[in-house]
Amino acid sequence: MKLLSLALVILVGGLFIAATADFPHWGDPASPASRHVSPRYIEKTMEETSVPNIVTAVLADYRGYDTMFETAVVFTAGVACFLLLRRRDPRPEPKRVYRHVATGVIVEMKQEPAKEPSPSVFARIDDDWVPHDLIIMNVCRLLIPFIQLFGLYVIAHGHHSPGGGFQGGVILGASIILLALSWDLRTAMNRMAETATGLMSAVGVFIYAGVGALCLAMGANFLDYSSLGPLMFVDPIHARSLGIFFVELGVGLAVMATMVLIYKNLASEGHLDQGL
Amino acid sequence: MIWQIDLAVLILVVICAVGALAVKDLVSAAILFGAYSFLMCILWAVMGAVDVAFTEASVGAGVSTVFFLAAVFRTSRRSKD
Repeated sequence: MKLLSLALVILVGGLFIAATADFPHWGDPASPASRHVSPRYIEKTMEETSVPNIVTAVLADYRGYDTMFETAVVFTAGVACFLLLRRRDPRPEPKRVYRHVATGVIVEMKQEPAKEPSPSVFARIDDDWVPHDLIIMNVCRLLIPFIQLFGLYVIAHGHHSPGGGFQGGVILGASIILLALSWDLRTAMNRMAETATGLMSAVGVFIYAGVGALCLAMGANFLDYSSLGPLMFVDPIHARSLGIFFVELGVGLAVMATMVLIYKNLASEGHLDQGL
Repeated sequence: MIWQIDLAVLILVVICAVGALAVKDLVSAAILFGAYSFLMCILWAVMGAVDVAFTEASVGAGVSTVFFLAAVFRTSRRSKD
């Protein structure tokens, strides 16, 4: 069976490689793709939208529908992970393990304390896997604000440089995931609770669709940002650039929250209490 | 595009892909898959598709590797086949 599948893989792979011989050469100006739509975008993007990065203009303006439903797909993936993995029943008899912050001594409480001890004196830690490395924790703590700043830059500067809502959102989500990896899931959950992630991923999609619906209300086509000019007191061309920025914000918000949501549910088996 | 660099990266891509399929340890497979994504990101960047390269680096090499690791952490580390 294994030999048969290997032979099939080699056969299909060989066919694919043989088929690539018919492809137009890389960067061929006479290839069908670079003869019809590409020149139109390359020539007109700057004067129609005033966005120097053509990729961003194509993704968020000319092909705005695609990106909207891509965002919806990301949101749906997050919701699917939530519905499949999230568990409401409590973990069977969770151990209550605490680390004394000043000395590093670890204590376990046999029964539930009447009052939760102050986290600055006794920090609650996971009962199964407790890495505690001062260097990693503090380096990540110093690094995370800069990662988040870079994520915001990628979202906001997507008009001029590579990047945009999707990449920036992933970087922002990764910064929260890094916090969960270097500290623990509990710390990350305190920074970004479950309700916040769920709401933010929904609000992100809502911002995107809402900008489109606003264009509809202004009497233009769905996602035709040039009609938003009178609302923002700018000319239609500048309005398209700003419209792209607003939908990128929505994409960034949705992607960031969804990444964190998926990670939290995966790492804690849906209990959202402790994990990697 | 310098073809020697291209060839070297392509060979590494194939090695990483085959390695990710072949190893029994799923953590190694996840890391190899991240390396594969990163090499693909280099290929995209060499071809001038910088936006795609950026997405590949952040999603493929970054977050999805962490998702794999989180899933391995909560299941079993050894592959059965």
